[in-house]
Amino acid sequence: MNTDIHALSGAYAVDALDDLERARFERHLAECEDCREEVAGLAETAALLAGTVEVAPPAHLKDRVMADIAMVRPLPPQISSQPTASTTSTHPTRSTRRLRFAPRMMAAAAAVVVLGAGAAAVFHPWTDQAGQQSVSLADQVLSAPDASRQTVALDGGAEATLYRSPSLKKAVLVTKAMPALPSDKVYELWLQTTQGVMVPAGLMKSAGNQKFVLEGDAAAAQAAGITVEPAGGSQVPTSDAIALFEFGDAT
Amino acid sequence: MHLVTAREPGSSGASAPEGRDPALADLLRRSALGDQDAFSSLYDATASRVHGLVLRVVRDPAQAEEVTQECFLEFWRTASRFDPDRGAPLSWMLTIAHRKGVDRVRSAEASTRRDTTYHRSSGAVEHDETAEAATAALEARRVRSAMQKLTEVQRQALELAYFGGYTHTEVATMLDLPIGTAKTRIRDGLIRLRDAMGVAQ
Repeated sequence: MNTDIHALSGAYAVDALDDLERARFERHLAECEDCREEVAGLAETAALLAGTVEVAPPAHLKDRVMADIAMVRPLPPQISSQPTASTTSTHPTRSTRRLRFAPRMMAAAAAVVVLGAGAAAVFHPWTDQAGQQSVSLADQVLSAPDASRQTVALDGGAEATLYRSPSLKKAVLVTKAMPALPSDKVYELWLQTTQGVMVPAGLMKSAGNQKFVLEGDAAAAQAAGITVEPAGGSQVPTSDAIALFEFGDAT
Repeated sequence: MHLVTAREPGSSGASAPEGRDPALADLLRRSALGDQDAFSSLYDATASRVHGLVLRVVRDPAQAEEVTQECFLEFWRTASRFDPDRGAPLSWMLTIAHRKGVDRVRSAEASTRRDTTYHRSSGAVEHDETAEAATAALEARRVRSAMQKLTEVQRQALELAYFGGYTHTEVATMLDLPIGTAKTRIRDGLIRLRDAMGVAQ
């Protein structure tokens, strides 16, 4: 295997890669069992370093945390297609939905290959330029004869509607009254391949009413979703989806 | 102290740092079911670890509190996603905490510490407070002792990356290393530390 990229395992384990390298390495991880094992061990090792800098947080922080969690429902477990014994035996399996936003680096990395998208496309910084260029494309999708649409109601009266045109191979998200996010968060869109892996499909930096063309081949995807990610976006979802759209006809 | 609490029972923290921790794993499992008492215990057992790491990376106490708070909310929300087959509970939590801390410092473009704390021209990085942040925890002593077995460059590179939140490219510049070699130093340092600590791999 590529020794150059293999050498990134340590930097990856301590979050010392920039976004591009991280994505590239995660793609490599999907294919390299040796690296996956090494990263697991190095990440455990790195966590030991935290033991040398223990500091008790102020007492009031616990009150805040406990108040926080009282208002938040824990996520259901991921129902993996390859469930591990522990996951299935110790966690309730109430969810059977097909779309899973598994923060699994290997899966997302594999997706890059599956879609046949080059690094340039996948790691596109989603500039304003791209957003502008896609305005007319958005309208094309919305008015395409084969466009399908799904609407999901979100908390606080917001709505997200996904239009998808298999012939144009594009999907467009139209939002209404999306709540503004803190400056260190961003809405990230995803397409899920038929293999079940999540591929970044762009960052939606504005709230309110938006029309946003998802990057990537929507015809080849089986679902789309929205998550809230740290500013700059993630290469794999790090939180559960706030909206999911499953397509019925992906091939 | 907290370290011992977090590691007991089920694994002697001193000899099996990679040991799966049934107590923490059980608290996480119960948290996933919505058990706030279990989560309260989980917080008590791990808050010093999480906050210490976040504070070290983020440095600003107010921001560190915010990030620690976010971390625990994330542990609560995603407790069901913890897979005991893939690692120890504390490692899972600290990996999340580290990423969040690093995300915070990297997104804070106005961060002044990058300009003031380390100077490339100085050629050397101050031996900072890692060694001084003494706790009574045996494992922490072992880690610090193991860190001394690293070469100076390995140790500096690893500390700048892990505690400083710098990319390996930035680390290379800070330490006047050829670009591309800092990642190797970080990996070599981690491997040496891993082997010294007996982390299974």
